[in-house]
Order: sequence, then C-alpha cells, then structure tokens
Amino acid sequence: MKFTEEHEWLLVEDDHVIVGITPHAAEALGDLVFVELPETGITVAKGDDIVVIESVKAASDIAAPLDGEIIAVNEALIEKPELVNEDPLGTAWFFKMKLTDPDSINELMDEDAYNDLIG
Amino acid sequence: MAEIKHTPLYDFHLSLDAKMVPFAGYQMPVQYPLGVMKEHIHTRTHAGLFDVSHMGQVILRAKSGNTADAALALEMLIPVNIHGLGENRQRYGFFTNADGGILDDLMIANRGDHLFVVVNAACKDADIAHMQAHLSDRCDIEVITDRALIAIQGPASQAALETLCPEAAQMRFMDVITADILGTPAWISRSGYTGEDGYEISFPNDQIVELATALTAIDGVEPIGLGARDSLRLEAGLCLYGHDIDTTTTPAQAGLVWAIQKSRRTDGERAGGFPGADKILPEIINGAPRKRVGLRPDGRAPMREGIELYANETDTAPIGTITSGGFGPTVGHPVSMGYVETKYSSPDTIVFAEIRGKRMAAHISALPFTPANFKR
Repeated sequence: MKFTEEHEWLLVEDDHVIVGITPHAAEALGDLVFVELPETGITVAKGDDIVVIESVKAASDIAAPLDGEIIAVNEALIEKPELVNEDPLGTAWFFKMKLTDPDSINELMDEDAYNDLIG
Repeated sequence: MAEIKHTPLYDFHLSLDAKMVPFAGYQMPVQYPLGVMKEHIHTRTHAGLFDVSHMGQVILRAKSGNTADAALALEMLIPVNIHGLGENRQRYGFFTNADGGILDDLMIANRGDHLFVVVNAACKDADIAHMQAHLSDRCDIEVITDRALIAIQGPASQAALETLCPEAAQMRFMDVITADILGTPAWISRSGYTGEDGYEISFPNDQIVELATALTAIDGVEPIGLGARDSLRLEAGLCLYGHDIDTTTTPAQAGLVWAIQKSRRTDGERAGGFPGADKILPEIINGAPRKRVGLRPDGRAPMREGIELYANETDTAPIGTITSGGFGPTVGHPVSMGYVETKYSSPDTIVFAEIRGKRMAAHISALPFTPANFKR
C-alpha cells in the first residue's frame, strides 16, 4: 500500500489502482454524512479535487493522487457514507483509476513513511 | 488576547477522551469517542449528559425586597410576561434592541425571593453589562461563578436523575426546584435544548465532577459533546443565537411570537415597554416580510449556513439564506433552517440552494423535524 500526504492510500490491482482515505483521516473528519463521487471515464490530473466528502461539521475534498482516468467509483458510499468511518481501508474505497504513468506510484510514501508523517 | 477558559469539567472531559475545541472562549468537548452521530442518537433513545458550564448564570434580587419589582424591571428589557411567571416556574425569553432585533435568548426562572437567568456563553459578558446598565437601580445583580451547569437529556433522564434525586421525578416541563443531590442543594429545571425530556442542573463547581461521574456511571447515560448538541437542537427546530437569531431578526421573523405573551402585546396590560416594541408589536399584527423556516434538501448533500436560496434554478436575486444546516441522525437526512421571503415560506414550497456552483432543490419544512417529547 502507498500513501499520500493528503492521507489517501493506494493499492495496485491488475492494471489500475484502488484509492481510499486512511483511518487517521477518517478519524480526523469524524462521522461522514455525504459523499459525492466523480463520473467514471473522466481524466484527472494529480491534485484535482474529485470527491466531495462532508462530515457532520464540514465539507472537504479528496484530490486525485496522480494523473489518470477514473474507471470505477464505489456507489456504496452514496447510500452509506458512514462506511468510511467503519472500514476506511477496505469496503470504503472511493474510486479506481488507471494511472497515466504506472511508475508514478513509486514516488508516493510507503507505510513506514506515512506512519512517521502522522507521528 | 484573552486566554481560553476551562469549565470545572475540563479534566473530566479529557479523562473520557473528549476531542476538545474552542467555543465562546472555552475549551469544550465537541465529541467523545462515541462520535457525533451515535451521541445524537443515544440522547434521543436513552440519556445524554452535557457540560453547559460555559453559559452565564445570573441572580436578580429586587432592591425593594419584592421579586415582582425585579420582574417588572426585567420586563423593560424582555418582551415576555415575567411578572406573571409563577414561583418555581421558568420561561423562555430574549433581550431586544431598539431596531426590534434580538440581543440574546435566555431562560428566566422565578425562584420566589429572586429571579434566576441563564444566558448564552457567547453573549454572557454583553448580557450582564446590559442588565447592569439598565437594572442596577432596581435590582442587585449577582453573577454566579461558583456553580457549574450540566444538562441531562433524553427519555431515560428521569429514571437516571431520580436515582440521585427522587424529587426530580415529580417535576413537569419548565418547573424549577432546589433539591439535594449528593448532599448538596442543586438548582434543577425540567428543560433543555434538545427537544427531549430532561433536566438542567446548577451545582457547585467543587462537586460537579462527582455529580457528572455519578450520572455517567448510571447505565445508559453517556457524555455528549457540542457536535451532537447542535444536531439535536437543529432537528428540534431550536434557534442558535448568532446563527438563526441575531440583532437583525425580529421575533415575528424568527417565529418566536409564541414567547411574547398577550400581556406584553398591543392592547395587553403591560404592552410594550421594551426596546424595539414599536417595530416588534406591529409586525406581530401585520406580518413579517421574511420568516424562519425548516428546509429539507431533496438530495443527500447538507445545505449549510451562509448558502443563499433562490426561487428557481436561474434567478440571480436570492429570496433567502440558510442560517443553520447539517445532517439529522435521527431523521436520517440533511436538515436546515433559514429565512425566506414570506411568500415562499409555506411547507412544501420548493426553493433552490446554490452549492458548489449548482442549484439544488429543497422543500420548505415545518419545524421541528423530530417530535418534541417534553413532560407536560
């Protein structure tokens, strides 16, 4: 698993990556009440805000971790945003994307580096 | 800059792993490990304990020795029948300003030999200065600093509190008593800010941890933070000062005319005599140009404070604004309150909010979103 400084995790699956947010991020956000997912098929650049998440208190965004194309989104989160708080590393993945440059994932942090980041 | 303050329950909150945030100059628990949603639901199904010690507690005593004189004095600042408030009864009210707007909302209790007033934390200093400026000639004003304030709310509140205070069970909604808890006199009202049955308790600072510990030790009583306090009052359609009511909202616009008893209205025995009466009383008769309403977003996205409202998807001139909004864990959907031009205020009228550049529909909704459960 790889991690971004914005507390996203990425897991390689076949020819694409699965993306979610870490338990640290989910805990900091508090109970989620709303998730707005991107359209599939869109091309995104690293840093583009593509998911809107709202906790009880505030709205937030999740950005694309790398350049690529969104190939799937997790519709389960629309009905049950609280899944993110319950299972952020598993069933509460947000989207799957095909990376423009499959090697770009190597620039990201590994688990040890992420754990150092969150202290 | 003033240092942030702590209530006497600060360490107690930390010991329960509360997430603390600054609110009205105090470090307050926004949630405990249970989380906002579960704390909210727990309060409506069992009982929740809230620290509200940041609020202001003030005692007014008539210099004449006759509490009726203190009541008449306070009526000069508040458009409510205080003179007719029975002994050991409490009433909701608000300070008004010369423009007919609201300076703060509060509770007033008649304790026989004095009046007991509880004001919002954010307005505490201004409210006390306001009372001192206008009432000092007729009243001795004592700011209570040695007592904490807690609230226990929810259907299991009575069963919980009566294990420590049997008299609490006999109280009706808006009764106030002094009764011993843990061997010490507590000032208890059967009231709250959640739409549920419950009590608010004023208790000495040096024993409040003992009381809070005893209450949370009772099966079914959980500590509840400000996050859930906000979603509870929002579902209950209750105003939050500084958001749903402020110096620009009149009682008629805010839907608070029910709190202005007949005796203080036009043709009443003590009509007017409070700031802004010349604006407030005619508006009660003639109607207000805008009204506070509930809003139920059609989709799942919350509609939050500050969002503008429109009559349709294309008009550029707004017809209202959202003043409070979020998610209602008990009703299971987003809920909001706001103001709209009166002609759009009927329940089921469709209005549009602009969120992230898109116009999203909402239906005007009657308030409260959840039924009130007061012990009448």
